[in-house]
Amino acid sequence: MRYVALALRLALLAAVVGLIALLPRYASEFRLSQFTFVAAYFIALAGLNILTGFSGQISLGHFAFVGIGAYTAALLMLGRPGLETYGLDPPGWLPLGDGMRGVFTIPFAGLVAGAFGYAFGLPAQRLAGVSLALATFAFAVSLPLVAKRFEDVTGGGGGLALPLPSTPFGWDISTRHWLYYEAWVAAGVIALIAWLLLRGRAGRALAALRDGEIAAVSAGVNPTAYKTFAFGVSAAFAGVAGALFAIEVAYVNPDTFPLSQSILMLASLVLGGMGSLYGVLMGALIMQFLPVYAQTPPLLPGSFSKESPAVVFGVMLIVIMFIAPDGLVGLLRRLLRPMMVRLKRHPVATEDATFGTSRRAET
Amino acid sequence: MLAFAFAEFVQQIVSGLATGSIFASLALALVLIYRSTNVVNFAQGEMAMFTTYIAWALMDRGLSYWPAFLLTLAIAFTGGAAIERTIIRPFEQKSALAIVIVTIGLLIALNGAAGWIWGAEVKAFDSPFPNTTWDVGGVAISSQDVGTFCVCLATVALLWAFFNLTPLGLAMRASAINPTTSRLVGVRVGWMLALGWGLAAVLGAIAGMMAAPTVFLDPNMMLVILIYAFAAAVLGGIDSPIGAVVGGLSLGVLLNLIGRYVDFIGPELRLPTALLVLLGVLMIRPQGLFGHAVVRRV
Repeated sequence: MRYVALALRLALLAAVVGLIALLPRYASEFRLSQFTFVAAYFIALAGLNILTGFSGQISLGHFAFVGIGAYTAALLMLGRPGLETYGLDPPGWLPLGDGMRGVFTIPFAGLVAGAFGYAFGLPAQRLAGVSLALATFAFAVSLPLVAKRFEDVTGGGGGLALPLPSTPFGWDISTRHWLYYEAWVAAGVIALIAWLLLRGRAGRALAALRDGEIAAVSAGVNPTAYKTFAFGVSAAFAGVAGALFAIEVAYVNPDTFPLSQSILMLASLVLGGMGSLYGVLMGALIMQFLPVYAQTPPLLPGSFSKESPAVVFGVMLIVIMFIAPDGLVGLLRRLLRPMMVRLKRHPVATEDATFGTSRRAET
Repeated sequence: MLAFAFAEFVQQIVSGLATGSIFASLALALVLIYRSTNVVNFAQGEMAMFTTYIAWALMDRGLSYWPAFLLTLAIAFTGGAAIERTIIRPFEQKSALAIVIVTIGLLIALNGAAGWIWGAEVKAFDSPFPNTTWDVGGVAISSQDVGTFCVCLATVALLWAFFNLTPLGLAMRASAINPTTSRLVGVRVGWMLALGWGLAAVLGAIAGMMAAPTVFLDPNMMLVILIYAFAAAVLGGIDSPIGAVVGGLSLGVLLNLIGRYVDFIGPELRLPTALLVLLGVLMIRPQGLFGHAVVRRV
């Protein structure tokens, strides 16, 4: 009977993948563009999930890495000739190339952001808890200012307009559909990478460090190596998301990556539910749609000014932390647990015996 | 020429001390809450902003400055204590992340609420100090700077006296250091925590009202100040009140000096540079200048 539970999980996965694959047939262009953003948020949140969910390090500035990825993609898409038409003068040692198609910039964006993340994570290991949260906070505040200051490369506050996206390789689908599939294929690849990384040694080591650092170190886990690794990987994912943003919007500007987005990112992940694939997916949906729907809250009467979404969003954050501290997916799982236990017939303890938490490595 | 340069140098330090004392007040509020409840209150700046709006609204209704000031402090105290009892209390035994998210929720909600109630446009905020400058040996010192500095430091001194000279202050310190034992000797620890939040809100309100005449009143006025206050608190050691004050003052001076004298940095990179300096200090002393290193028994 254990196989029934496994089959159910596979069926759920297949249903989600199927929904994503079939959505372009039924959804409008506008909805598709929204769901393209959901894919990018999914990737960024999958990265944050590794950092905060698995490694227990709180980052309040992760959208800064998205910004680094977006700028990397933008600079590569324009290339040196493109930047010179803006009258910009990037220093000669930057390997910018002659401009390339958006889709090819994605891995580079991941690598560059990952390198930044690794470089940031290494000294940050000396800071625990509060100081780390502050350091990431500071990073997110500083980055837009730095981008504005070095305008020879970044175009400063005016930003950079990028070549409009188009379907490559002469494929016979609309650009809208291409962007959608590009983003979700990238999301699938990222989910796979995350799963491969976390199901084995690295995932165990990170969870062990999170739940009991002293015990983990005694068992031979190198905390600095694994925590920095988590920082690098999560920043690389954020960078991939940033490249997708740059391609989709065809524009980058320092103010597209504000501190508020970083905070929204952490909040969405916690609301969705850390530590699981569906939690991350739920978080991505929340990040895209909650700020939009908070503008016209369904249950409250009367007209709202443009500040009301913030109030609704803030209050919802607090309320959800009250009723579902493990996020919405955690809440669902708690509600469904009696059923799942019956399916397994022999109720195995759902608590993860190794680490004494109910969070399971799934992503 | 040298004398002129020196006068300007002193002037930068004096105005740095004035902004620094605002950072110090807010940093002290953060430290107060951190010491008693181990919570880093990300909403501290927005609580300060909100109370500053209340002060503005009171004055708008015709109250003069100092009555409005005192009434605002009373409101801030009640509000801070109420927030602790209703919103923070249920999460005190939960994970650090849960509390971070709750205070961030509070930050977003208060920021939105202020814009919703009072509008997002920037408002002027009266200063209680006359708009004069004194010339002290070629250094122009504005009464605004001196007033800000004095009010902030007087508050800090009053708080010090409260914590060190009164039985209630003793009870609050006891419940921060050892809640279980304090409860056994009859201290109502829960109320002490609420009191701590109330006092922190008062400190924030003072910082907000002192900052508002120069940065003007708008819902985002405290965001940057909060970041500096954080930096000051962490620089001084997040569990050290003296550290918060010293950290705040030195950060204010440092900011002014690098903004003025290091051309490459200029106004845009002032904030990133200050944060970089801060991180450098933390690399060498992770517990901050005056903080205690956490010793763990293995």
